[in-house]
Amino acid sequence: MKQKKLLDEPTLNVLINRLSCELIENHLDFQNSILVGLQPRGVFLLNKIVKKLIQEYDIKNLKYGKLDTTFFRDDFRSKKSPLKPTFSNINFDIENKRIILVDDVLYTGRSIRAALIAIESYGRPIKIELLTLINRRFRRHLPIQPDYIGLNVDTLQNDRVYVNLNDPNNESSVYILKDDNETNFS
Amino acid sequence: MKQISVNNLLGVKYLTKDDINLIFETADSFKEILNRKIKKVPTLRGITIANLFFENSTRTKLSFELAEKRLSADILNFSKTGSSISKGESLIDTVNNILAMKVDMIIIRHPSPGAAKFLSKNTESCIINAGDGTHEHPTQGLLDAYSINSRLGSLVNKRVLILGDILHSRVALSNIFSLNLLGAKVKVCGPKSLIPKFINNFDVVYEPNLDEGLAWCDAVNILRVQNERMNQAYFPSLREYHNLFGIKLSSINRLRKEILILHPGPINRGVEIASEVLDNKNTIILDQVENGVAIRMAVLYLLASKREKIIESD
Repeated sequence: MKQKKLLDEPTLNVLINRLSCELIENHLDFQNSILVGLQPRGVFLLNKIVKKLIQEYDIKNLKYGKLDTTFFRDDFRSKKSPLKPTFSNINFDIENKRIILVDDVLYTGRSIRAALIAIESYGRPIKIELLTLINRRFRRHLPIQPDYIGLNVDTLQNDRVYVNLNDPNNESSVYILKDDNETNFS
Repeated sequence: MKQISVNNLLGVKYLTKDDINLIFETADSFKEILNRKIKKVPTLRGITIANLFFENSTRTKLSFELAEKRLSADILNFSKTGSSISKGESLIDTVNNILAMKVDMIIIRHPSPGAAKFLSKNTESCIINAGDGTHEHPTQGLLDAYSINSRLGSLVNKRVLILGDILHSRVALSNIFSLNLLGAKVKVCGPKSLIPKFINNFDVVYEPNLDEGLAWCDAVNILRVQNERMNQAYFPSLREYHNLFGIKLSSINRLRKEILILHPGPINRGVEIASEVLDNKNTIILDQVENGVAIRMAVLYLLASKREKIIESD
């Protein structure tokens, strides 16, 4: 596999800061809004945004949680091994709240479809928005588009986008991985 | 994610330690779902499950049915009463007719030990044993171990006393297999006449004295006196049984420690357990019922997922 660095830590910080500011523009003090990170990788991005909102922008009483979509996915029959479930942690009422789903990469849109159904188990939000760090354009299987985008990336079908936000030994980064026999990076 | 190693759940005997841990981890996730506002997931949509109960059941049947409904499976319920069994139809013919209706999984409770294994050898369906005679009741064994594990944090080197009618119990064997696999130490206690001779084949010690057994253990699983399976007198009277092997509040209060009290149900109040013990804070019988749904959801999820892969590779 060949890899190309899309984002390094300083650039990521700028993007996360910009995403946080966009959230504040639309949600002000977050009194009626809840951030929900999608397990497992969306939670790492959620943690960075939450830290920024609380520590740098002094948002009080910010509500945030984690959502596992395993049992709501549509690929139960097509995966080679069983999908491994993790935990959801939404310990507050979401009825009539504004939910912001947070995920690291938006690709086919199927995870978000599962999340939209899964979140209904907790109540009926008044609005659901989507924040993604990387938006892989032209690869959607479903009519789902993000409201907040860190970076738009155009990729081939077999490319993989790897977001590293949780490795304490390495700096945060985003890579694009390509098969050796595919077109070279340009 | 790892797959469960078996294609059917015929008994805990056929599971590995990894299988049990996988079932427990998956059950943890389902338990969280069962505490949500809407407790249903669409995972098994399109999968049809037949619940074949050739023996009476309240908890197990309702628990399986609820687990299936929570997973969005389609359900067929069958009970011996009112069926063509009374006209002389055999088990295999009954099951083959049900399978011809394109059923994917079968939950079976049957009075004959080995009934589930017999079906698994003679049909293509995925079979889950919900109790076969006096042999095994794997989901009950798993949920008992899961309930103790949840309360004590681990089963390694924990001491579990299985008390009562071991001879006629299908829960006893499933308990022994699951507890041994997870590293617990097991003793059985009860009238000698209700302890099977084959118990020596397992890593289990017989304790004839209840008070010593209670003083030794971290958890006691009380098994019902199965009067309906007794074709002779195994002990002089229920009163004597209660005096010698019934759990009384005084015997719990005498202990200088707290122990968990489990019972798979149904309970004979005043025989194997005194009514006032049921209100004890360490009695986790209702935990067992709640955990039963999560464990059965986990078993259904893992086996259905495995079955889908088998069909695909065919």
